[in-house]
Amino acid sequence: MTGLGVRAIPIQRRPIIHLDKRLVRRARSLALLAAAPVISLAKARTTVSVERAVLRLAGLSGADPTTGDGDIPWVNRVVDAVRDQVGLEHGVALPVWHAMRVYGHDSLLDLAEAVTAGTTEFDLPTGAAAVRAHNAATRAAKAGLRQIDRNQATRDRLIRTIGDPPRRPWVYLIVATGDIYEDIPQAQAAARAGADVIAVIRSTGQSLLDFVPEGATRQGYAGTYATQENFRLMRAALDEVSRELGRYVRLTNYASGLCMPEIATLAGLERLDMMLNDSMYGILFRDINPQRTFVDQRFSRMIHARAGIIINTGEDNYLTTADAVDDAHTVTVSQLLNETFAHEAGLEDWQLGLGHAFEINPDLPDSFRLELAHALLARHLFPEAPLKWMPPTKHMTGDIFRGYLLDGFFNLVGALTGQGILLVGMMTEAVVTPFLSDRDLALQNVRYVLDAAGGLTEDFHPPRGGFIENRANQVLAEAVGLLERITADGLLNAIADGTFGITKRPADRGKGLDGVIVKADGYDNPAVTLMESDLGRGGGS
Amino acid sequence: MRQETEEPTVIRPYGDTTGDGMVQVSFTLPMSPGPKAEGAALQLAGRMGLHPSMVVHAKGLGGEDSAYTFFVVYGRVGHLVELDKVLVREREYPLLAAKDANLAIKRTLHRKLVVLGACIGTDAHTVGIDAILNVKGFAGEKGLEYYREMKVSNLGAQVTVPELVSQARKDRADAVLVSQVVTQRDAHLRNTRELAAAFREAMGDNRPLLVVGGPRFDPLMAGELGVDRIFGRGTTPGEVASYLVHALTTIKEPVRVR
Repeated sequence: MTGLGVRAIPIQRRPIIHLDKRLVRRARSLALLAAAPVISLAKARTTVSVERAVLRLAGLSGADPTTGDGDIPWVNRVVDAVRDQVGLEHGVALPVWHAMRVYGHDSLLDLAEAVTAGTTEFDLPTGAAAVRAHNAATRAAKAGLRQIDRNQATRDRLIRTIGDPPRRPWVYLIVATGDIYEDIPQAQAAARAGADVIAVIRSTGQSLLDFVPEGATRQGYAGTYATQENFRLMRAALDEVSRELGRYVRLTNYASGLCMPEIATLAGLERLDMMLNDSMYGILFRDINPQRTFVDQRFSRMIHARAGIIINTGEDNYLTTADAVDDAHTVTVSQLLNETFAHEAGLEDWQLGLGHAFEINPDLPDSFRLELAHALLARHLFPEAPLKWMPPTKHMTGDIFRGYLLDGFFNLVGALTGQGILLVGMMTEAVVTPFLSDRDLALQNVRYVLDAAGGLTEDFHPPRGGFIENRANQVLAEAVGLLERITADGLLNAIADGTFGITKRPADRGKGLDGVIVKADGYDNPAVTLMESDLGRGGGS
Repeated sequence: MRQETEEPTVIRPYGDTTGDGMVQVSFTLPMSPGPKAEGAALQLAGRMGLHPSMVVHAKGLGGEDSAYTFFVVYGRVGHLVELDKVLVREREYPLLAAKDANLAIKRTLHRKLVVLGACIGTDAHTVGIDAILNVKGFAGEKGLEYYREMKVSNLGAQVTVPELVSQARKDRADAVLVSQVVTQRDAHLRNTRELAAAFREAMGDNRPLLVVGGPRFDPLMAGELGVDRIFGRGTTPGEVASYLVHALTTIKEPVRVR
């Protein structure tokens, strides 16, 4: 039942370049090797955010009004209390649902208030009490997963009855005013103007907050806070405009950061359609601790898999710090690792919006041919994935006229190479928050290129052994070389040494490490248990 | 173009003839397209100083029944530019190649020049500071990490000002570089003032050189914001390195504090 709309349209027809099959196989097996130790590490640990996500899945929401600015969520209060009183090595489920019964709480909110008041205290149950707590926690987690499953069914039904965008790539547009009530009309206007996917960019500070803010928010910095209520409001607004337009308009938000598991859970509960979720972005670009990131990422991706959410990975970011030609292979390596981690967490190919970007210096001779080669490499290496094609940012200089031309060439590569998701480039990138007119001009640019040249995929066949095909194989070979070094060195060491995007990130540094806990024997997480057993049955949901 | 015998002190914009004053602007008005909207655009152009002006393009954003109209207007601007009243900060130091910068540091400091970089406040955009500090650099120039005689630490994003002050003390930093991309509600200006005040309070005259950069800064505001130097859009690592060498190896007295 997953991804009806996506699978209805084949993305790629016949291959138009030939990749060295040996290299492709070698790349995938190396990626598996590189990921394996990190997956073991992630399986052996939990984090405060994973545990908070369990409570969110079980229905605990809202914030404690009695302390600070009233913005500390109840899930943080409860998880912190469990940690202080019995530790998190066994997970929150057993102590929390044990306390529910012992103290006779009829809801998690009731428990959270009592815990904060100090009248309810946690104990780690054993024997029959542990079994009872486990069963109660499992029932609560199941209810949350059922809500996520219902949302997925609703999405499939809406796509069936309203309709899917008539063509690929889907046009992906960003809104970000900081005020959800300002975002809504902008998002609806963008959808009417042709956007198939609306992304609400988060407030820039949010990735490093160790809690998820609550409620409808009206003030953010360079973006709007991701909250459950903001998710709900925006999805409802897009449902309305979807019906008006006769095509289902998808909603995207950002999971990456210290609260990946919780935000993924909220996205599943509120029927978001895509989430930014990169395996290494938080580490490299936000200096989040690597262990924290990999543990959080695994749980969040399991939730995304269950919710039928398409993840968007962040390879475009590498090219903003590294050179888009010399380091093109780091993008490929990251895509392969993202794919490996995603599959392990239960995501299917149609859910992998692997990222790549048009960031080669336009002053370089043959820059456009190189872009084509790189885009075709990704397209052929991941034939079933709806790749996310990202516009130029690094070489957008403020010369908006030249930028408009660059965006046109970017769109042309997107059309020629069968990309699944096209993030609309703004000529005012890095100048101002896009004006209403910038967005309109950008969409005109996309429409013109897709209408004028979308059919060129039929005619465009770079010759065997020509510049483009050779370049694609060269980057693939470099990616294999790098993967060999990574597997020899260990992925965590490679990250520590600055292999990706130049920044050096040791495994014992970075933000959020104190929120990582090694699991004890008897660790219990009913949400993970349920999701893993359902995946084991091969159902997906 | 006509050959000038002496530098003019008053100029106008140049369209295709000297002194024609022609400019092009684009803007959106919150009204539906139509003759009234074009009239409104011309009125605005007039009040912007364009006489005469013409609307060369008018289009409803998202369709003819849109409530917004986008215009492209050409016109002759009546204002003059008086060059003797133009104030800019001109670069008062020579641009040095990396090896000359290294040499200058070695000769005058007899030790490595210690540079600390960070993004402060809620700003998570490290792209600016990374471009200046990372070996990779920017615009074909290597970043400060490439300079043999500099010891560079990049603290990354969302560093608090107190953290930065204490790290600067610990490292005995010669210079602290801060980049600010987010400008909503003037966060960059507020953060910079906070930075300057904190260093002044904690270290007085012994504070390191304070250098701030970001795309929306006005380099003329350094004094007002209490820092030593502000770099704007497009600044390259070489410019920053040259400035640091100039400021730290040629000024012998303590760095001035406002």
